[in-house]
Amino acid sequence: MESVKVIQAIYNDDDVLMAAVKKVKAERHHIEEIYTPFPVHGLDKAMGLAPTRIAITSFIYGCIGLIVSIWMMDYMMISDWPQNIGGKPSFSYLENMPAFVPIMFELTVFFAAHLMVITFYLRSRMWPFKKAENPDLRTTDDHFLMEIPVHGNEKELENLLVETGAVEIKIVDKEAH
Amino acid sequence: MYTFSNKLKTFSIILMVLGLLGVGYGFMTSHKSLDEVKTMLAEEASEHGGGHADEVTLEVATQDEHTEETTHGEASLSDTEEAHSDDAHAEHVQHQIANRPWSALYVAAFFFMMIALGVLAFYAVQFASQAGWSPVLYRVMEGITAYLLPGALIVLGIAVASHYIGHDNIFVWMNENIVDPDHKDYDKLIHNKSGFLNITGFIIRGLIFIGGWSLYRYFARKFSIAQDNAKDNKNFKKSFRISAAFLVFYIYTESMMSWDWIMSVDPHWFSTLFGWYVFASMIVSGITVIALLAIFLKAKGYLEFVNDSHLHDLAKYMFGFSIFWTYLWFSQFMLIWYANIPEEVTYFVTRIEDYNLPFFGMLIMNFIFPILLLMNSDFKRVPWFIVITGIVLLFGHYIDIFNMIMPATVGDRWFIGIPEIGSILLFAGLFLFIVFTALTKAPLLAKGNPFIKESENFHY
Repeated sequence: MESVKVIQAIYNDDDVLMAAVKKVKAERHHIEEIYTPFPVHGLDKAMGLAPTRIAITSFIYGCIGLIVSIWMMDYMMISDWPQNIGGKPSFSYLENMPAFVPIMFELTVFFAAHLMVITFYLRSRMWPFKKAENPDLRTTDDHFLMEIPVHGNEKELENLLVETGAVEIKIVDKEAH
Repeated sequence: MYTFSNKLKTFSIILMVLGLLGVGYGFMTSHKSLDEVKTMLAEEASEHGGGHADEVTLEVATQDEHTEETTHGEASLSDTEEAHSDDAHAEHVQHQIANRPWSALYVAAFFFMMIALGVLAFYAVQFASQAGWSPVLYRVMEGITAYLLPGALIVLGIAVASHYIGHDNIFVWMNENIVDPDHKDYDKLIHNKSGFLNITGFIIRGLIFIGGWSLYRYFARKFSIAQDNAKDNKNFKKSFRISAAFLVFYIYTESMMSWDWIMSVDPHWFSTLFGWYVFASMIVSGITVIALLAIFLKAKGYLEFVNDSHLHDLAKYMFGFSIFWTYLWFSQFMLIWYANIPEEVTYFVTRIEDYNLPFFGMLIMNFIFPILLLMNSDFKRVPWFIVITGIVLLFGHYIDIFNMIMPATVGDRWFIGIPEIGSILLFAGLFLFIVFTALTKAPLLAKGNPFIKESENFHY
């Protein structure tokens, strides 16, 4: 595997981090990743991340769930094993449709919610037995870590990061994804 | 301060005049003699061959709607009395035609009253929950609720007039013959309910509802204006307290109002979630009108402090309450459809057979349309998206009220024609006139509200 050189700067306050991110972006450096112990409001905007597309996937999953439920109820209750329920024996999907609406609703929500969560995990490169990517354990407690790829400009970056109030700076070789 | 432009004032007066002409025309043409009705029915029958047989089956299906009809419907099944049955049927149709302008007027009056009442409830919720996002919209809401008192009195007035001036054209249970055991129109079920369903009780309850709502609206408005230049938050605290009390009063009276003013048009039929269902319609229409009015005033440059985050929140409420409305509509429909008890299911049989287009059309307008247009977060900030969805929603909820009243009063003799459109124009004109006049009475920013700073800086 190829390895890349990154510089890691650690902060101990989210406000300092936010100011640092704005400053680093203003100097036109690319921020690879930031590890925080809790969600920092507005951080995605400051980092210049594109808006999430998870809502679109959720809508698509919902539509799939709706279609699956329509097909499922048609197969179970109309074609495979028609039953007389409450005096409504019927071999017509449309005439029985109101009874299936709660199922359509539930499966739409089920598909949208579960598949969206799974998509989110996969997109964040998290799956069972995955080794944690966290470069520093303290980012799960009270520290914030900003990671910037280095292209032969270590000194310049180091000076910039010290200026922004980083409490610790180190340069590491990291496996590229 | 807002000034009611002459152009808009003239426009609302023109609407009222046109509406009055339409309503007048509706009443003038609704009195048909029995012979005219018979000729009309004969023409209709010849137009579609054996159409008369259809009419009879329809009548049997809807017999529960009208007590007079019960006997006639049964009579029509017997061959020996066929001549009598024709007469009875023609008389029935004659009544339905006479009922139409009354019902058209009542539906439109109720629809506009319901907007003001929905906004009043929403306004009280903002105070009771001490909402921080909405105070910039308080004056817009107060403007709309100014219509409540005249609007609700008109609704009650039409209902009572339909008994004393008309011939019980909206509420069959107001007819004395129905509770008279010796009369041929006697109806035992309605007689059993007459302890609640009687004209005196109807008027007293109506006045209590209107009195309570208007008292709250009067004091809330008074405190809101007094708060503008106050040094402390005393007025705001008073408003908070009466809002909480009003909400308790409202949820009981709104529910009872929906039994009295709407559900009793079908006096044999009842639904236990009817109050909630009407409430859902009311709150969606109310919030939609707040959004439309806010967009209008902002476009005119009066509400520069309303930003697109406020619109976003209003649109979220429109979206959410549309789904809530659909949920209640379906909950009511599915249980009755599934249980299939004749006296309950007749309500939906008439609507699906005779009102197929408005009944299913309103589902598209009130559910499919808002869910598709307002689902995307970005679209909720685009004014013209909100305007288009809002207009469709308002028409959809008018049709919702139409579907609640018309099947009971005019049966399959419905049409959205001059009486209906005239009534809408009349009350739309009156609504605009009263609301815009109320808006000129106070500054459009409730500057003394303790949350006004938060609201002005509201950002999502």
